[in-house]
Amino acid sequence: MSRPLGVIGVPRRRVDGRAMTTGQTKYADDLMLPRMVFAKLLRSHLPHARIVSIDASRATAHPGVLLVLTGRDLPIPYGILPVTQDEHALAIDKVRFVGDPVALVVARDEATAADAVDLIDVGYEPLATIADHDEALSVAEPRIHDYGVEGNIHKKVSLQFGDVDEALAGADHVFEDVFFYEGNTHLPLEQHATVAHLDGGGKLVVYSSTQTPHYLHRALAKALEVPAAHIRVIATPNGGGFGGKSDPFNHEVAVAKAALMLDRPVKITLTREEVFYCHRGRHPVLMKFRTGVKNDGTLTAVHLRTILDGGAYGSYGVASTFYTGALQTVTYHVPRYKFQGCRVFTNKAPCGPKRGHGTPQSRFGQEVQIDKISERLGIDPADFRLRIVEQPNTLTANFLRVSTIGLAECIRRVVKSSDWSHRYRKMGRGRGLGLACSSYLSGAGLPIYWNDLPHSAVQLKLDRSGGVTAFCGSAEIGQGSDDVLVACVAEVLGIEPVDIRAVTGDTDLTPVDLGSYSSRVTLMMGNAAVQAATRARDILAEAVEKKLGVPRSRLVFAERRVFDAEDPDRGVSFQEAIYAAESMFGAIGTVGSYTPPKSAAAFKGGGVGPSPTYSYTAAIVEVDVDESTGWVVVPRVWIAHDIGRALNPTLVRGQVEGSVYMGLGEALMEEQAYRRLPPRLSSALVHKFPSILEYKSLTSLDMPEVFTELVENPDPNGPFGAKEAGQGPLLPIMPAVANAVYDAIGVRIDEVPVTPEKIVKALADQAAGKPARYGPTSFPDVSWPEALQVPPPWEGGDGHAKTSGVVLRDAPKRPPRSSGAEP
Amino acid sequence: MSPDTTTYERVLIRLRVNGEETEVAFDPYKTLLEVLREDLNLTGTKHGCELGECGACAVLMDGEPVLSCLAIALGCEGRSIQTVEGMATGARLHPLQAAFADCGASQCGYCTPGMLLTASALLQHNPEPTRDQIREALSGNICRCTGYQQIFDAVEAAAAILRDEDSRRVTADGAAPPGAQRSEHQVGLSAGRTRRRSMLKPAEGGGE
Repeated sequence: MSRPLGVIGVPRRRVDGRAMTTGQTKYADDLMLPRMVFAKLLRSHLPHARIVSIDASRATAHPGVLLVLTGRDLPIPYGILPVTQDEHALAIDKVRFVGDPVALVVARDEATAADAVDLIDVGYEPLATIADHDEALSVAEPRIHDYGVEGNIHKKVSLQFGDVDEALAGADHVFEDVFFYEGNTHLPLEQHATVAHLDGGGKLVVYSSTQTPHYLHRALAKALEVPAAHIRVIATPNGGGFGGKSDPFNHEVAVAKAALMLDRPVKITLTREEVFYCHRGRHPVLMKFRTGVKNDGTLTAVHLRTILDGGAYGSYGVASTFYTGALQTVTYHVPRYKFQGCRVFTNKAPCGPKRGHGTPQSRFGQEVQIDKISERLGIDPADFRLRIVEQPNTLTANFLRVSTIGLAECIRRVVKSSDWSHRYRKMGRGRGLGLACSSYLSGAGLPIYWNDLPHSAVQLKLDRSGGVTAFCGSAEIGQGSDDVLVACVAEVLGIEPVDIRAVTGDTDLTPVDLGSYSSRVTLMMGNAAVQAATRARDILAEAVEKKLGVPRSRLVFAERRVFDAEDPDRGVSFQEAIYAAESMFGAIGTVGSYTPPKSAAAFKGGGVGPSPTYSYTAAIVEVDVDESTGWVVVPRVWIAHDIGRALNPTLVRGQVEGSVYMGLGEALMEEQAYRRLPPRLSSALVHKFPSILEYKSLTSLDMPEVFTELVENPDPNGPFGAKEAGQGPLLPIMPAVANAVYDAIGVRIDEVPVTPEKIVKALADQAAGKPARYGPTSFPDVSWPEALQVPPPWEGGDGHAKTSGVVLRDAPKRPPRSSGAEP
Repeated sequence: MSPDTTTYERVLIRLRVNGEETEVAFDPYKTLLEVLREDLNLTGTKHGCELGECGACAVLMDGEPVLSCLAIALGCEGRSIQTVEGMATGARLHPLQAAFADCGASQCGYCTPGMLLTASALLQHNPEPTRDQIREALSGNICRCTGYQQIFDAVEAAAAILRDEDSRRVTADGAAPPGAQRSEHQVGLSAGRTRRRSMLKPAEGGGE
């Protein structure tokens, strides 16, 4: 019997809110176990070098030291993607960036371990370093890795959906623009920490600040050669993740090994500097857009090329490369599309997934280019976008299935709330507004290890106490996944969130959820939770039907009761319903699971981009620019997000505003930047500022007023219609800032971050009558592989590649090189 | 170079932690942050940098917010320290704690203890802060999750509750409202200030 929603959609204190405000939430470093010892990593101070010798004898002899591990103790490589198993917990032959771990010392306390780290003698033979994509493309030797395309090129992809050259030739205008997006990092406030120990049965237990306990579980089993069933990974609540805790990390593998050898709890907590070296953050990306437009503003084709500076390891980089070109078609209708992407290795901390994973860079380029196009054609940028927004229930040129799309409504909302039509281009010099839009996945449609297994599963335990416990492998990283789990179950069962205990992120106790990445948890775990709860409700309904003689179709679950819709006084308490069911059917437990719908993108490379549904966002940023200093102040931001349905509007608002905050940091100041030391200091490539003080981010004083609107149009694919909120709202912020700066002072900053220095340079050019622009001017020659030809749906395409001498016609069921694939 | 721990003898000090007289022995190089977390098991106080850059470790020392990562514990003899564990009264949350939980001001929760204590010092000094005053007071506490808006909302909500409680207390026992005392501090804090600054001070008193 349906009834109005009781929990879903109501702004509410999250289930873990009390623990977080009383200091009771136990993050990994808060765990103190008896007999615990402490570990420190020796990290390379050279960006690229062969390891000639390691002598740990002085460290081993140091009083208080229990163990020193080096690369030879952990010879098996691992990595997050099956195709790039290129990491070792401790370097064996080579170090590839400043910060690459070389040895682990375990001692009675942290200070002793730190002392002993300094006593390890490593003989290095320095190698030439590769600093950026230009050097990586032109310098083939020395190779940072002995795999990849060639030289220091890691990956190249080339996909074409319809004849793009033909479509560009038929356009009234072709716009060519080159953009650069500097790398930046997650900067979670919690430094990574891990505690490993053996339980009473001798099995390994690893507590860690990880977003992906399932993938860590796999990596540990492989690297340690211990059966996965004998390893328990517990994801402690993360003090911020943002993608930065999604890879299996060196320190996790190394302390697990130490615990196995010592049979004592071993803890490691990284310093802030080390967190900068773990990185896995935003790839620096150089990109070029060629876009064909008709006079009425419709797009005829887009050709996008990207080069990603991947840093020293693979990480998620192959996926990141595809992601730079995946979502251009999901926001606006692009009839023909070509994407070429190239990832290179450099001697810097490895890049990986940060909030928006690979998509913010090209989103920046596309949205700034649209601003330029609409100005040239004399069309208001909001109207321009409204003409080309993608349609609901369509397949895009690259075979992504768009379900609901609230983008037009989002644009209309921010246009109205910001008073755009009266203020855009009318605010006077120095002040301006900029608009940009975006879309993002509500969960990756394919798992990292391709298989047919569920992406998320939930188990429920109900017993005579009246209590309900929900088990799920999801990782709480602050986004509120525990609250989503509990809210979905509470809604279906008609009880309160506080009545339910969430047990999450524990590979021994909870069924698999793939982890907190790709904005997948609300949709996938939520659907699994609804299924498990519905099954539990059915069991209770059968019991209550028997007990009361009321047909189950009339039973309502609400207000902690189960009652007759036609006679609400006739009913039982929720606890009595469980009691009845347990006495009739025995112990009550149900399961639910979720597997995304099959993707229409059957071509090789089509595994990145599909999602059960996409969220949409529009944002308008206001800026005040001081022309003498180039200083940008953002007083206000208006943002509207197509959330499908807000399960807990308090949390959704927090995700949206947190995205605005992080987006402004990327737009204006955050940079994971490197410099070369002078030759007398080894010429090493070092991080410019691995500290919170120097890595600038917004404080409370810098944060603008944010006007958030949620556009709710329930999506049939989401639990109660919900889509994602954690990543999409970040994406429009950076281009909206650049577009606002143009509105304010008439200069184009085609580069992120938009710093005062760049603005001042562009203003000087403007004053000198030169093009008022700061940004890259050319895109290097890359020898692209022959493009895989996939005709778009409206040209008879079926999602398969048409011709190719190089690649398989059909996407392989499992990647051939996948090591450790599911049994 | 980190200290050679083998050459130091542990020191013993007395201080007041969350209202309780406490004796604690520790290695003399330790910061207040380390002693709270490692020797007193009060892990509610967090660390994000241990260099005084992020504000996660803020605690109150004699009522004033300090960065515990920069305070040498040896200098805290006789001081009164309040941590997040000492904010609630029994099982009743401090209005700031309740408001943070209700308003979504804690996402990952890691900056929350430092934020709460800094905010409580602000409200001690200034029971009715403007949003700009809240922004200033919290500007030494970095939050990477929320975008600060819901934190501002929470501080404003808690301030209103505290003022309401104060006024009811006045009505009940006829005593002077605590706000009267606080206003002196408020003048002192903002008098002659020409630029914005946070409530947080690097280890005042603790570094002696």
